[in-house]
Amino acid sequence: MSETSETVVEPKAAGHGAPLPESDPHGPHDGETHAHGDGPHLAHHFDTYQQQFDAGKLGIWLFLLTEVLFFSGLFCAYTVYRGMHPEVFVYAHYFLNTSMGAINTCVLLISSLTAAWAVRNAQLGQRKHLMVNIVITIACACTFMVVKGFEYQHKFADGLLPGPRFHPTEQLWELETFKHKHPEAAEYAEHLIKLAEKKGETAKAPGIIDLHTPVTGKFENPTEEQIEPLIKAGVIGPAAEDPTRPSKPRNAHVFFSIYFFMTGLHGIHVLAGIGVWVWLLIRAKKNQFGPKYFGPIDYAALYWHLVDLIWIYLFPLLYLIH
Amino acid sequence: MASPSTTADAVAPRSTSSADDNYLTHDKGVLSWIFSLDHKRIGVMYLCSVLTAFALGGFFALLVRTELLTPQRTIMDHDTYNQMFTLHGAIMVFLVIIPGIPAALGNIIMPLQLGAKDVAFPRLNLASYHLWIVGALFMLSSLAINAVDTGWTFYTPYSTTTSTAVVPAAFGAFILGFSSIFTGLNFIVTMHKLRPPGMTWFRLPLFCWALYSTALIQVLATPVIGITLLMMIVERTLHIGIFDPTLGGDPVLFQHFFWFYSHPAVYIMIVPAFGVIGEIIPVFSRKRVFGYKFIAISSLAIAFLGFLVWGHHMFVSGQSVLAGTIFSAITFLIAIPTAIKVFNWITTMYKGVIHLDTPMLYALAFLWVFTIGGLTGIFLAVMSVDVHLHDTYFVVAHFHYVMMGGAITAFMGGLHYWWPKFTGKMYDEKMGRIGATLVFLGLNVTFFPQFILGSRGMPRRYYNYLPEFQPLHVLSTLGAYTLGIGFLLTAFYLYKSLKSGKTAPMNPWGAATLEWQCSSPPPYYNFHKPPTVTAGPYDGYENLMYDEKIGGYIPRKTSAS
Amino acid sequence: MTSSISTLAFAAAAFEPKLPKLPDSPYFWMPPSASTTTANTDALYNFMLWMSLFFSVAIFSAMLYFCLKYRAKSRAANEFPEKTNDHSTILELTWSVIPLFVVVPLFVGGFKGFVSLRTPPKAAMEIRATGQKWKWLFTYPGLGTPDDALHVPVNTPVRIVINSVDVIHSLYIPSFRTKMDAVPGRYTDLWFKATQTGEFPIFCAEYCGTSHSDMLSRVVVHPPGGYERWLARTIAMADSLTGVDRGKMLYEKQGCSTCHTTDGTPKVGPSWKGIFDKTESMTVGAPMKVDENYLRESMMDPQAHIVMGFGPVMPTYQGKLSDKDIDGLIEYIKSLK
Repeated sequence: MSETSETVVEPKAAGHGAPLPESDPHGPHDGETHAHGDGPHLAHHFDTYQQQFDAGKLGIWLFLLTEVLFFSGLFCAYTVYRGMHPEVFVYAHYFLNTSMGAINTCVLLISSLTAAWAVRNAQLGQRKHLMVNIVITIACACTFMVVKGFEYQHKFADGLLPGPRFHPTEQLWELETFKHKHPEAAEYAEHLIKLAEKKGETAKAPGIIDLHTPVTGKFENPTEEQIEPLIKAGVIGPAAEDPTRPSKPRNAHVFFSIYFFMTGLHGIHVLAGIGVWVWLLIRAKKNQFGPKYFGPIDYAALYWHLVDLIWIYLFPLLYLIH
Repeated sequence: MASPSTTADAVAPRSTSSADDNYLTHDKGVLSWIFSLDHKRIGVMYLCSVLTAFALGGFFALLVRTELLTPQRTIMDHDTYNQMFTLHGAIMVFLVIIPGIPAALGNIIMPLQLGAKDVAFPRLNLASYHLWIVGALFMLSSLAINAVDTGWTFYTPYSTTTSTAVVPAAFGAFILGFSSIFTGLNFIVTMHKLRPPGMTWFRLPLFCWALYSTALIQVLATPVIGITLLMMIVERTLHIGIFDPTLGGDPVLFQHFFWFYSHPAVYIMIVPAFGVIGEIIPVFSRKRVFGYKFIAISSLAIAFLGFLVWGHHMFVSGQSVLAGTIFSAITFLIAIPTAIKVFNWITTMYKGVIHLDTPMLYALAFLWVFTIGGLTGIFLAVMSVDVHLHDTYFVVAHFHYVMMGGAITAFMGGLHYWWPKFTGKMYDEKMGRIGATLVFLGLNVTFFPQFILGSRGMPRRYYNYLPEFQPLHVLSTLGAYTLGIGFLLTAFYLYKSLKSGKTAPMNPWGAATLEWQCSSPPPYYNFHKPPTVTAGPYDGYENLMYDEKIGGYIPRKTSAS
Repeated sequence: MTSSISTLAFAAAAFEPKLPKLPDSPYFWMPPSASTTTANTDALYNFMLWMSLFFSVAIFSAMLYFCLKYRAKSRAANEFPEKTNDHSTILELTWSVIPLFVVVPLFVGGFKGFVSLRTPPKAAMEIRATGQKWKWLFTYPGLGTPDDALHVPVNTPVRIVINSVDVIHSLYIPSFRTKMDAVPGRYTDLWFKATQTGEFPIFCAEYCGTSHSDMLSRVVVHPPGGYERWLARTIAMADSLTGVDRGKMLYEKQGCSTCHTTDGTPKVGPSWKGIFDKTESMTVGAPMKVDENYLRESMMDPQAHIVMGFGPVMPTYQGKLSDKDIDGLIEYIKSLK
């Protein structure tokens, strides 16, 4: 391990590696004067660009590790609550806009590609291409945030807020997403509601829904298809908030707490990424990067890949629950 | 470590000439300190801040102990008492012990020991310090608003419902977590990438090994407390329901998250102390450390096992018997690497030539109190016994023996050991020995009675207590006053040494690690000529000899030929 | 009339809150052992005590002996130690393995004890314990909450089902060496079989705020037949009391006294003395008159209107107080002029 600073192994890094003329491997330690004269971007306590790059690379990997652990706390909370209340997650996912989530996934994937491309450009000293790729990355990141903003706005408008402020304006079976998937169940739920209302008029204390009470007409013997989706989503059955009529599962708001927390924290990371890319764009404009010195672009790209990766986990965990 | 032959020509002539230009005199002005990127200056700033926080935390501790002189009200009311012990705990844990050895002493010494010019990321290092200040201000702002009263553990749902200023304190701890992560990250990269030629992993001083193990825990565990405190803050402000049983959440989940960090954090506090002791004992026994590899690897083993035992804080929280069993079993395993260390240090003293100077007195005090702290830890790992002892004064005594007796004693030992190096001044040795003795006595008198109290059933965090417990509480409080006097005395003579202490020689204790091969105080860039390492960190004591004129060790003339 | 006076006197004696007394213990380190669950804990504790003593004496004497024996004369003497090995794999493996042999039986013993602490016998009698700031309420099947102490018969397994209405508490009986957290939103339990009659203290061991250290109670272990007598007496008395007497009794046993005084000093909540008919300003909304309706609301929905200067900490008594109880409490408050 101790020899890494003197060896250049990665083919990718070959171009920038250790261009210093070194007759003696310990030569660079001859530091009587601390100005190396090797370039403006080599910090005084490093001997070679390679050493500086390696240190930065290890540093960014460790940082990404802390980021993963930071999010893992939330993933843990997610797992615990999904294990405890699966119906809440089934219920809530009908409210999320899968296509918006999918668009955002694509947008982030594209930006990851351009970020990786930017690293290549920096290594090869292609200033123009580098700037173009950074601009595209920033544009994608902004698109992501705008789409996210629309999603949040819809959630707020529909009363899908975390905690005690959670008052959805629409019932699950009124949602297009639900009706589309389980038309019969939706119809059955509406029928039950009408029934409950009618009962409520005649008797003040409506009983618990007996799923197999023969009712008139089409729903005399409700089928699995009609009942199962409603039970799974906690609309009726043991997990429902109101045992007398179709309702929502108890503590449905916990999903939205986790949703807002996770996507919000991820959003903050995207914003931070935008800041970093803008700073790098300015530095790229000043032509500071080249084969010898491209570390910052590389590190930012790694960070960006992680932000992308976290989203790739969040998307199925939050949007694609079945 | 650098072979004595290179030492001889590289350093000897420089010892006085470079004294004019060192890191303390290199730049002038307050700003040159606040925005310094030099690891030594950042370390010294950390040290001053940590010592200030230590004084404050100690002051709260004395208030708490004074209140406990009588079974009823003595000097303050219920709520003030609850705030005092919370602040004492939070300040001592987050502001003092966690950054104490790594960020303060480690920052000053580790790059020197390694033979590096600085840490890998000096700006990140400075950012870490600035974050510490911001975090500390947040935490103290809680004191100004309405001091937090949750205990340092912030257990939900108490922390999400109490009316005190929990959010600033928790947010402060959140920020301090990032400060700690940055220090750890920096140290790992430094030790991987900035070792000079010849400095192989098994030539690293034990202090570096300990800091490396600590840094791994800092990087891997601290993010979890970050997210946990953030969730708790959001829970408190927006009532999102993750930990709130009235909203369908699970308060015990918070405890799992909290201890997933905070148990490893115990090792963030104690493993660096092992490192300091590992430096002091061989130097003051004039002998190579016994079982270097076992000591080095056992630090890593402790760091690793430390991640798997968090549930032993929760034997009575309603977690399953199976989970408790697994946590208990792994907890016992930690006894092994810990015992290895103690046995190896004792064996190092065997047939040595032992100098009982202040740092060594602290190291001996450490061995004494840490042995007691470690053995009583076994009591708490036995599940059925823990059911009785959990949340009693027995636990309080145990962790004070380990944290105060272990970490702080080692910190004091390290402070005295390296004081001549980074200040360039010698303190009054006689006063130092008196101070160390007072601290050692005070510590045992304060905390030993608490073992008895706890076994007899006295619960922790009690403001009023049954009159039957009073005699032991009085004894404990007297011990606390002794400790206070010991630390005041120490502060006094250390301060005096800065004003009028003798100029420190380059190598007052005759150590062989690299930090003693640059001048005292070290030059700005640490090494005028970067060292080439050819021997281990505790080799070559026989090549050094004491020179009475300069009051320190110089290379033996015969071997310099 | 005479009978009612004697009942009153009895009620006053029974509900006088008193500090539990720590019984004298035959042991130096431990409180007296008063249940079947203590044997394992005490045996392991004593074993570890001796083991710790052995190891610490060994380590300390080696340390001190080396310090004396190998102490340097002075720095100037420049002594050098004789050459010794700086490692010995056999020695180090030996002292890695020795602790392992010591801890394995400890682990096994602790595990066995823990399992028995956590496994109540099927036939155990059940009592509910509810933690609230800052009082334990012990509820007996079919009897309610008659007293601020926990009453159990001797030599009978008793299972305590624990929960909490606000924050986490922990039910701790040192003389039985057992303890369990009271967690809001879930049930936990502990069990014991008392072997000694008498009174033993109960503590709250999990920090729960202002009066955490006053959340004390007693477990009263009755001799054979004594529990049944106590039960019969309590039932008879609980039915007989009405009005002010009932209120006074409830004031003590329902935990009101933890937060409300009757002498005019405000504690966690307002004092009851002279509060009736007073107009108090509220933390939210217009000032209100403290009348029967306000008092009733404060018991059923305490957070609805809070008197200025106090926090929203009172738990609801919905379902815990009957109408007769509420009337009694209101009468009692009225009587405190």
